[in-house]
Amino acid sequence: MSTSSDSVPVVRARGVTKRFGEFEAVRGVDFAIAPGESFGFLGPNGAGKTSTMRMVSAVSTPTSGSLTIFGLDPAIHGPEIRGRLGVVPQEDTFDLDLSLRLNLEMFGRYYDLPRTTIRERTTELLEFAHLSDRAEDKVDNLSGGMKRRLTIARALINRPELLILDEPTTGLDPQARHLLWERLYRLKRDGVTLIITTHYMDEAEQLCDRLVVMDHGRIVAEGAPRQLIADHASREVLELRLGSEHHDEVADQLGSFAERLEVLPDRVLLYVDSADDTLARLHQAGWRPERTLQRRSSLEDVFLRLTGRTLEE
Amino acid sequence: MSRVLPVLGSRRARHVVERNALFYRSQWLMFASGFVEPLFYLLSIGIGLNHLVGSLTVGSHRVSYAAFVAPGMLATSAMNGAVIDSVFNPFFRLKISHAYDSILATPLDVDDIALGEALWALTRAGLYAVSFVGCMFLLGDTSSPWAILEIVGALATSFAFSALGLAACTYLRSWQDFDLITLVSLPLFLFSATFFPLSLYPRALATVVAFSPLYQSATLLRGLNSGQFDGWMILRLGYLVALGLVGLAVAARRFRRILSP
Amino acid sequence: MSEPALLGWSRWRRAWWFHAMYYAQTWRGSVVSSVLLPLGYLGALGVGVGHLVAKHTGLVDGQTYLHFIAPSLLATTAFQLGEGESLWPVLAAVKWTRSYHAAVTTPLEPRDVLVGKLAWVATRAIAIGVFYTLIIAAVGAARSWWVLTLPLLSALVSLAFAAPLVAYAAHVDSDLSFPLIYRFGFVPMFLFSATFYPVSAYPGWLRPVVQFVPLYHGVALIRAACLGGSLAPALAHLAVLAVLAGGGFAWGQVTLRRRLID
Repeated sequence: MSTSSDSVPVVRARGVTKRFGEFEAVRGVDFAIAPGESFGFLGPNGAGKTSTMRMVSAVSTPTSGSLTIFGLDPAIHGPEIRGRLGVVPQEDTFDLDLSLRLNLEMFGRYYDLPRTTIRERTTELLEFAHLSDRAEDKVDNLSGGMKRRLTIARALINRPELLILDEPTTGLDPQARHLLWERLYRLKRDGVTLIITTHYMDEAEQLCDRLVVMDHGRIVAEGAPRQLIADHASREVLELRLGSEHHDEVADQLGSFAERLEVLPDRVLLYVDSADDTLARLHQAGWRPERTLQRRSSLEDVFLRLTGRTLEE
Repeated sequence: MSRVLPVLGSRRARHVVERNALFYRSQWLMFASGFVEPLFYLLSIGIGLNHLVGSLTVGSHRVSYAAFVAPGMLATSAMNGAVIDSVFNPFFRLKISHAYDSILATPLDVDDIALGEALWALTRAGLYAVSFVGCMFLLGDTSSPWAILEIVGALATSFAFSALGLAACTYLRSWQDFDLITLVSLPLFLFSATFFPLSLYPRALATVVAFSPLYQSATLLRGLNSGQFDGWMILRLGYLVALGLVGLAVAARRFRRILSP
Repeated sequence: MSEPALLGWSRWRRAWWFHAMYYAQTWRGSVVSSVLLPLGYLGALGVGVGHLVAKHTGLVDGQTYLHFIAPSLLATTAFQLGEGESLWPVLAAVKWTRSYHAAVTTPLEPRDVLVGKLAWVATRAIAIGVFYTLIIAAVGAARSWWVLTLPLLSALVSLAFAAPLVAYAAHVDSDLSFPLIYRFGFVPMFLFSATFYPVSAYPGWLRPVVQFVPLYHGVALIRAACLGGSLAPALAHLAVLAVLAGGGFAWGQVTLRRRLID
């Protein structure tokens, strides 16, 4: 699909900021995305992800810093850049009164594609989105998961080299999410560069080769998912529910059992090498937690470590 | 010619027109029946009020009340059509369905959208104006073949109101705010000398009425309807076009601010 | 802690409040359509066109033009209130926002929702009726003691349209037909109900047809209440409107129940 060599990034940002009046949504971010890579932006609501996505989609322009997409300046080559990328926005936006097929066909026209090409691709994409039998239905009658797949199909009508997905699976049930992920793997396999924002850790771990963690408009960490976990969290986590209102007080006493510890409103997390061993030692010391949970560290823990907050709050 | 007007969009704007046409294709019955609506209004006046009111003076001609009111109704219908096409529908796409946001992900620009909406409004208005004037000929509400030029006057009216409407729709916050649009269009409709001549207004009010674009439009169309030309017509036409250009410039700026901050 | 089963009256009162609370958020628009619009028409047509009519024709059906159309404007306003509350708002409540579905998860029955809705429409129609009675009296068109019934007649006209239209809106799946109902139903009805000129202005063949236009009966009844007239035709107008309201109410119970429960 893309013939450019790996040395030319699809997107390169240097010191990019975005300001809305007094509010600085993005405060100087640097990143480069290689062709064929799938790249994640992780962060809670209000971290600056969506503002960054809109700049990378060549829809809004940076307040300062330099941004190139396909090596081009979006301020000058906006239409040309947008002609080569596809965007899956956070919210599905369709013409509710038109059929699925007409929605896709109309969208193709915005790219100045010839009508015969549009018709072929529409049929193909409806197949891809598993929606062929609903082609003549109104979009209004689709379920959430179907609409999401249709949005992705629509974003592919121009055969984009870069696909930008803003929270692609928010609000979907697990089955619908897995179907969507499967479609995204296929695109990745075909060499499409993917940019994904999400606040689901499992999604980021599943889909992204590399990701950045954003908080308050800044990038606070960057790397492959496993690498980030290795760098910023221990191997395993032991979660304790103590059945006491006074987590803060017990935290001091638990400190010696773990490399690090986080106190959440409903539980205490102990970052340890082996959750089994730690639990045994706790029992020996006379601790009787109400419930315990042993698990491997995840990006959630990385995020907690870096920002002091959970992602879903 | 890649740019239609210096700051107002590119040839890609035609895809927005195409999109709207596609939308109406799914509602063709509604679209087609719009051509019949003027008949209702013209018939109602022709049957009833015509007899009660008798004839009036326009310029140096005596015309029937129906022939007096019909151009005013044409002007009003151009204004009301603009409210639907340029306030209601764009508001829905701008703030409720966010359809414009998805268009902006394509090579189209904000200016293309504003221009495309204005062009669409004009296309539709042109079709309806043709049908309206056709109905007037049919019912004998015209007294000169020059009445055919009313189509041009109606287009200028639609342009003015569409552009102003497009600008206005960017300021609306919710459906509730449509009351404000009614609050403006309603007095315009009732007090723009559409139903009775300006001479019946109190003198002070008459001065205010002269600024009403609907009054200027109705008067222009009325002159054409009886084939009486005068120099004022150029001024009236110019007033409508100038309002339209101002509206379009404001609309393009406001669209940019909302869609691409 | 089971609440005692609510009596019908109490449930209706709650359903009425449900609509009243919503209206509290959205009342501004109704001031324009129910107060300013008809007053504007009264000024533009009653006074402006009335001046022309006086010069050319003199009296219309024995009345000045202003007195002739003042009652029409109450009738058309009541009609617009009835239809305006019924198509889109009801479809929205049973399809888009599903607020009626939410209402029937409480002790309210579909029938209570319908009664509450119509009671609310009637409330507003009565308020408009009181306001117009004052206007009609102010312009000197109140010639009969029957004007005191105007608030109730206003409610009857509103319900004659609201009841069947609510039933219809609860029945359909999409709003596709609504614009057509406006264009081919409401617009001609507004124009051809002897609203702006007497039935005698219609050509002979058209006059009997007017009898089949529901709004005509509303206009004629309210005009008779203001300006006086014989009792028999007034009772006939009353009967037509009552049948529409009653029939609509019966139909609405069926469609709303089917929509919300079955």
